[in-house]
Amino acid sequence: MESSELKRSKDSVNSCESARRSSFPDEVLERVLSLLKSHRDRSSVSLVCKDWYNAERWSRTHVFIGNCYSVSPEIVARRFPRIRSVTLKGKPRFSDFNLVPENWGADIHAWLVVFAAKYPFLEELRLKRMAISDESLEFLAVSFPNFKALSLLSCDGFSTNGLAAIATHCKNLTELDIQENGIDDIGGSWLSCFPESFTTLEVLNFANLTSDINFDALEKLVGRCKSMKVLKLNRSVSLEQLQRLLVNAPQLAELGTGLFSQELTIREYEELESALSNCKNMHTLSGLWDATGIYLTALYLACTHLTFLNLSYAALQSVELAKLLAHCPQLKRLWVLDTVEDKGLEAVGLNCPLLEELRVFPADPFDDEIVHGVTEAGFVAVSFGCPRLHYVLYFCRQMTNAAVATIVQNCPDFTHFRLCIMNPGQPDYLTNEPMDEAFGAVVRTCTKLQRLSVSGLLTDLTFEYIGRYAKNLETLSVAFAGRSDWGMQCVLGGCPKLRKLEIRDCPFGNAALLSGLEKYESMRSLWMSACNVTMNGCRLLAREMPRLNVEARGGMPRHLSLLSEMLGTRQTENH
Amino acid sequence: MSPPLLGVEEEVQSNVSSPSVDCGLGLKERNYLGLSDCSSVDSSAVSSSPDNNKNNLNLKATELRLGLPGSQSPERETELCLLNSGKLDEKPLFPLLPSKDGICPSSQKNVVAGNKRGFSDTMDGFSEVKGYAYAEKSWMFHDAGSDSESPQTVGHGKYPGNSGANVILSARSPGAQASVKKDEPANVLQKQPHATNGINLKQTDISNNKSSAPAAKAQVVGWPPVRSFRTKTLATSSKNNDEVDGKPGPAALFVKVSMDGAPYLRKVDLTTYSTYGELSSALEKMFSCFTLGQCGSHGAAGKEILSQSKLKDLLHGSEYVLTYKDKDGDWMLVGDVPWEMFVGTCKRLKIMKGSDAIGLAPRAMEKSRVTN
Repeated sequence: MESSELKRSKDSVNSCESARRSSFPDEVLERVLSLLKSHRDRSSVSLVCKDWYNAERWSRTHVFIGNCYSVSPEIVARRFPRIRSVTLKGKPRFSDFNLVPENWGADIHAWLVVFAAKYPFLEELRLKRMAISDESLEFLAVSFPNFKALSLLSCDGFSTNGLAAIATHCKNLTELDIQENGIDDIGGSWLSCFPESFTTLEVLNFANLTSDINFDALEKLVGRCKSMKVLKLNRSVSLEQLQRLLVNAPQLAELGTGLFSQELTIREYEELESALSNCKNMHTLSGLWDATGIYLTALYLACTHLTFLNLSYAALQSVELAKLLAHCPQLKRLWVLDTVEDKGLEAVGLNCPLLEELRVFPADPFDDEIVHGVTEAGFVAVSFGCPRLHYVLYFCRQMTNAAVATIVQNCPDFTHFRLCIMNPGQPDYLTNEPMDEAFGAVVRTCTKLQRLSVSGLLTDLTFEYIGRYAKNLETLSVAFAGRSDWGMQCVLGGCPKLRKLEIRDCPFGNAALLSGLEKYESMRSLWMSACNVTMNGCRLLAREMPRLNVEARGGMPRHLSLLSEMLGTRQTENH
Repeated sequence: MSPPLLGVEEEVQSNVSSPSVDCGLGLKERNYLGLSDCSSVDSSAVSSSPDNNKNNLNLKATELRLGLPGSQSPERETELCLLNSGKLDEKPLFPLLPSKDGICPSSQKNVVAGNKRGFSDTMDGFSEVKGYAYAEKSWMFHDAGSDSESPQTVGHGKYPGNSGANVILSARSPGAQASVKKDEPANVLQKQPHATNGINLKQTDISNNKSSAPAAKAQVVGWPPVRSFRTKTLATSSKNNDEVDGKPGPAALFVKVSMDGAPYLRKVDLTTYSTYGELSSALEKMFSCFTLGQCGSHGAAGKEILSQSKLKDLLHGSEYVLTYKDKDGDWMLVGDVPWEMFVGTCKRLKIMKGSDAIGLAPRAMEKSRVTN
């Protein structure tokens, strides 16, 4: 350090409250802290002393708010003056499954108004489960001249007109990512709103939309955006059109195809195959709607370096999958439909030793008459072949305790274990016992477990295990499980890192609810619906915990929904 | 499955005086230091909403109603109770759903909607959490503490001395089956299919069991937890692949098609075909090892004549046949009745092995004679 800086730092020493004086001048401290990206680290840093708190808040450029009702936009703006990027999450996760009424809230507009005033140089906005209207999108588009990245995941309230506003006004846009939203798809003309001079787009994901887009405009757009890395098309784009796009964008790293089914001539097929294999940087492939065996072969050459393959919209059979996977040795993440059955999963175990994440979705989840799909055998087969597996989402119709015990023995590194036995309250189908021991094995063996979804017939014992062993658990989802308040009390009394707890259709009542008062302070949210909680219990909770947002809803047929949104002590760092 | 509500006793006098008065009083900006801005929200502004709730013993609303997943009975006032809040705006915050009186803050696009719930300013430095929480005495459920949870004693009307009660009660608080459940914790499970009934729960049995508790199945909203986006997309994918423009007709008639041994069902829109032949080829493409048994129909236009060999194969049971379930629940062979009649009565399609279907033919003939 320069001597003059040393002198300055000595003068500033007095401002620090701790006994050990900080010898860094503010600028240096800020500079150092600006390198910190993790929110948790920043949260810790801000608690050291007043100086560090200030340095941290001045150096922060990205704020993550896991619960939009936990803090107001004014407070955020007051604390963090230099934000360029905001991530906001709104509705509870169960809104994905129609358990939250429409017009519940989580509207972004109030935030945008504040941001327009305080963060005129805002560049990125990422929303999950928020409500956003076309007016808000237009407001966004015109209020932030530097705006670069918009990502909407599971949001609703807007139409393609809003997208048109973004395309028209955001001259510096690099990312437009529209995923799984309740979007009112009026038509595809929004894509034509990108001006001819616009070349900066790097990420374009409109797979969510159903209507036809102007392919000509798309082709030109892709052609002039030479930095485009991610392109995810919607169903309306045909194979032939895909080929034309790829020819102009061999640099793509992530590709989502359109409809993967079309009658092609030999020459067209070869051109497609060639265009796909020319994408040497491609590591993620998705889309593939209606893909059948015939056309999958066109992918073989392109799959050599693939690390993420999303086949969850292609109802493949086991043989087709096996053949495809033989060409995907580097695969780390795989999403499939359960049409591939256990045999398909065996092929996964055989061909993908590096696999870290597997998601198996049900092709027909609401149909009783499906006798097939995947079973415990498929899961076990994968576990034998893929020891690095740490994230699994598995929908099945039968499971055994023994199988799960084997699985976690093979793969002890699970961080996310989401098992959905689709029949509520179904026991081990071989022994007829509850599935307690299965999840007991999971929490005992997988010490790194962060997220757990349980299913099947479960007594309070499962929750005893969870409370006792799941020391790193942050998110727990429970449905149709447990026997008494004791179950929930175990979880609330154990699980030191619990942040999100969602419960539906369980016999947990007020005693359980009220046993977690201390716990709720450090949690982001609690959801309880169709349990034994009464309004009275909710009132008690609200009384005891005045800083909590407690929302109780009666009136839905057979549901008392209690949604508590917890105010953590460190709000904006909540995640 | 949630056991039936016994909510009636609970709601009682929810014409509680509590609701409005202090709703929001002292609950605005709260900072961790406990210096709350007790500048009260104008309680009259807030009370307009609870006034609607008061005396609103809407017993009708306690009826069990079965709604489709995601649907809400229009007459219900599903009201939101904000039991605790930070900042409250002047606009009434409840109910959330558009209710008849037009108070629907959430539908407003402005700031109010965003502030619907309270915020609490706890981020002003270091938080000392718990200590101050009890200093705030705004919530005073004086005799609430003594409430047991048996519905009989749930005199919700008894929050008299509650000047500080910040509750806007919904007229019905179907607090579920508190007392009932207490004694019989296993109740919940017994209502669920296959719970503890000791039946051998092999896969096939599960199917059978399901048929014995179909009502229970239908009522589970949001289960299995598959995102609606995904199920909608899959439904689109499994429609007839022959669709030209990918859009269903205005009066689409989707029926499920299953095939013995196939791992999943498909759905077809019968209105997109005009003959049995078209249906047959479409299904053939879908289930590529399938052959329509009889697609000649009496009196329908464009019928196809099967070759002798196919019929012979059918009789020997080596081919698959297409059958359908009609309005009466009977399984019939496809092709016996005129196409239009078929479309009108077909509820489901099934591709069976020929050998299984032999017995069907005579009945089909009889039936069509009767109905014709």
